Amino acid sequence: MSFAIFAVFTVAGALAAMILRNLVHCVLALVLAFTGLAGLYIQLGAQFVGFAQILIYVGAVAILVVFAILLTRSHEPPSRLAVSPGWATSIFVAAAVFGVLAWSIRSSAISALPISPHPEITVRQIGDALMSQFVLPLEVIGLLLTAALVGAVTIAMREQRRMK
Amino acid sequence: MTWIAHNLWLVPLMPLLAAGLSAFAQRKHRLFAASVAISSISLSLLMSLIAFAEVLRFGNQNATKQVFNVGWFQVGSEWLKVGWVLDPLTAVMLVMVTVVCLLIFVYGVGYMARDDNFARFFCFLSLFAGAMLGLVIANSLLLFFICWEIVGLTSYLLIGFWYQKPSAAAAAKKAFITTRIGDLAFLLGMVWLYSQAGTLLFYNNGAGCLEQTALIKLMTHTTAFGMAASTGIALLIFCGAIGKSGQVPLHVWLPDAMEGPTPVSALIHAATMVAAGVFLIARVYPLMSGHAGLDLSPASAPALKVVTWIGAITAVFAASIAVAQDDIKRILAYSTVSQLGYMMLGLGVGGVAVGMFHLITHAFFKSLLFMGAGSVIHGCHEEHNIRRMGGLRKLMPITFATYAVGMLALCGFPLLFSGFWSKDAILHSASIWSESRVPFYLAAFGVLLTAFYMTRQVIYVFFGESHRFEKPAPPPHESPAVMTLPLIILAGFSMLLGLIGTPAWQWFSAFLNGQQVRFDLRGFAESGVLAVMLSSTILFLIGLGIGWLLYGKKPAARSAAPDAVEQFTPHIFNLLRNGWFVDAFYGATVVRFTTWFSVLCDWLDRWVFNGAVQLISSLTLGASWLSRSTDVFVVNRFFDQSCQEVALSGRLLSRVQGGRVQSYLRIIAIAFAGFVLFLIWGRHG
Amino acid sequence: MTVPVNYLLISAVIFAIGLAGALVRRNAILVLIGIELMLNAANLNFIAFWRYGPNPEALTGVMFALFSIGVAAAEAAVGLALIITVYRHFHTTDLDRIDSMRG
Repeated sequence: MSFAIFAVFTVAGALAAMILRNLVHCVLALVLAFTGLAGLYIQLGAQFVGFAQILIYVGAVAILVVFAILLTRSHEPPSRLAVSPGWATSIFVAAAVFGVLAWSIRSSAISALPISPHPEITVRQIGDALMSQFVLPLEVIGLLLTAALVGAVTIAMREQRRMK
Repeated sequence: MTWIAHNLWLVPLMPLLAAGLSAFAQRKHRLFAASVAISSISLSLLMSLIAFAEVLRFGNQNATKQVFNVGWFQVGSEWLKVGWVLDPLTAVMLVMVTVVCLLIFVYGVGYMARDDNFARFFCFLSLFAGAMLGLVIANSLLLFFICWEIVGLTSYLLIGFWYQKPSAAAAAKKAFITTRIGDLAFLLGMVWLYSQAGTLLFYNNGAGCLEQTALIKLMTHTTAFGMAASTGIALLIFCGAIGKSGQVPLHVWLPDAMEGPTPVSALIHAATMVAAGVFLIARVYPLMSGHAGLDLSPASAPALKVVTWIGAITAVFAASIAVAQDDIKRILAYSTVSQLGYMMLGLGVGGVAVGMFHLITHAFFKSLLFMGAGSVIHGCHEEHNIRRMGGLRKLMPITFATYAVGMLALCGFPLLFSGFWSKDAILHSASIWSESRVPFYLAAFGVLLTAFYMTRQVIYVFFGESHRFEKPAPPPHESPAVMTLPLIILAGFSMLLGLIGTPAWQWFSAFLNGQQVRFDLRGFAESGVLAVMLSSTILFLIGLGIGWLLYGKKPAARSAAPDAVEQFTPHIFNLLRNGWFVDAFYGATVVRFTTWFSVLCDWLDRWVFNGAVQLISSLTLGASWLSRSTDVFVVNRFFDQSCQEVALSGRLLSRVQGGRVQSYLRIIAIAFAGFVLFLIWGRHG
Repeated sequence: MTVPVNYLLISAVIFAIGLAGALVRRNAILVLIGIELMLNAANLNFIAFWRYGPNPEALTGVMFALFSIGVAAAEAAVGLALIITVYRHFHTTDLDRIDSMRG
């Protein structure tokens, strides 16, 4: 039951994000989709991931997108078409991709697998795993985030000084 | 071998050098040209006299000839040899030619004094003299032919000397072409002779073509019509003589050749060049007669029979035409043709000595007559028509006297004049000819006609009233000494030369044959000699009488009055005046055919050959156009097209790179879907 | 009631929607949003497989999802920085107008 609600939220949010003309509305719909997804995660038993999703996606990425929208003056309604020419082909392609995925899901043996019991995961377990088994990806992602930070700042920085 | 026999080639060389030097002279160097010509011919005369003395000397030792041959060039292993021969025939001709040439050169200085092209005249005359002398000394038929052709060339150049006159140019062309026809047959005979005898040398220590071995070979070899090779060759060579010496039917050029200056007519067309044909027959006499000797054999060769008949016919034919002519030089020209007929007749019936004797005497008195005519023309201010002359006897006495001598010599006034003795020798030989007596009758009739027309001419020109002149010109005057002196000298020769050939003292024939001679009055008693002498005298007197009767008694009052004979028989006179219409006949047939043929050839050349050439050239052009088109349209287009295709395909493919991110994304999505499909399918399948 | 197939289908739907939006919309930021949706769909896929997979104690799925979220954040930052720079250069965020890389 809750699955259906969360699913509807997510799908509706996603659809709205893609369809709406005003970009700010799109971002808000996106937030809704993120939240729905977080609920789905929690329902699946990955509570940490769900909260992380809200923290990062809703709290950071969506705000970042809003900032970008405002900085690029995209919050004004677009003067021309919102869709690019050849959108029908693109819809078709996306539908084809979905069709392929759905068909592969349908024809897979997943549904035949037995449903295992609900896993009880503590944050401590996640922390332990991070520090022991996944310490290298942890460091790497730290590096990645640093690089992304520096890179984003460098890219977006205005050219203040000219070469003398 | 003596010096002169060794260096006989110097004799023609002198005039040739003179011709070469004069050729570089300009028009104003008149004195230079004349003096170089006269000095060269004098030197040649000197050497000819030395040669003559030499021949006299060794003639007394019973040796007849000295021969000198050189190799000219080598063909394979064979040598083509030419050379010169010094024998009595050569010596006699050399002396005659050089004497007459010298006298006429001197005469020409006076005659051409007012002409602009004085230097060119003497250049051509010297060239002629050199070639004629070369012809005389030649020991090889090839060398003879070469000189023969050069002589023909100079004749052409000199007949057409005043080339601005269309009649002169036409006459020169006619002379050249007519003699060419004869020369063609001559060349054929020459080639045949060479193929049969293997050599063209006359005398070569027994190996020459006129010597015994070759003659026997030629006589025994029979060809078509059962004719011996020697006869065939002899007839072909005689054709050359027919052309050059103006025998019927190739006589038509000689009267027209009178367009040239009078010295030319005197030298070439009276004394020397036309005599070259007679000389040729005399030279190759062994071939004509069939035995190695200069006498007649009892059984006359067929070739000599042909020579005799043609000679006889020519003699009468030309004499008849001369009766009706009005131009002073044309009368003399036809007379020359007639006398050449006599020479040929003499060669045919009497042998070399008979023919050559008349040739020598004729050279002197005919050139005398021509030069006298030139003097008359000069004095009458270029008047040629005898009807418009008259009474010159008193106005030009020296000319009259010498002309009268010449005329009497030609007609054969008994005893005193050379023409009588030479013509009588011919008549005598003709009368005892074993074949037929018709040539004798023809010759006799010719004597009558000769006397008649010469009388007519002399009366018209020198007698009568001088008021017959209708031109309001200054009266005629005697010619200057430079012209009359040669006349006098020649007149002397015309009278004295007869003495070397009388039946009592046959020095000339003995000289030619290398025999001893005795003065024997019993020569007159030989059969028929006196009878012939008497009959020729009677015929001469009859002719003279008729002429005087018709013309001398009642001289015509005006020049336009009709001729006496014309009044008598207008139709025959007209026939004779037009030369029996031979010229017209040739014009209607040969000339017309040649014209038509040349038109045909022109058409062939223009349309057929030119067309073929054009066709080939247009084919080539077409082929080149085709290859160019192929190159431009096929190859280039192929190349260009493929380049364009590449560029087009590049352009098309580059459209994929639209620069739009979303299209890239689209492609990635499609590729992803395809990939997944492939994987799933692979697993399932 | 909740079957793993449903989650997978939802994930596929969200992926397709994200893809469609990325392909269709003109604005660069919306393309980025579409990409985020695709990433989230993949995360959902991972968590679903973790939950209904053979060995949930290994926490592999969770780790993967966490790291994916981290990377997605970094990527969103850099991507937006790029979009801002492109906007400064071209004065537009219309992707159809930014085609100077066309061949």
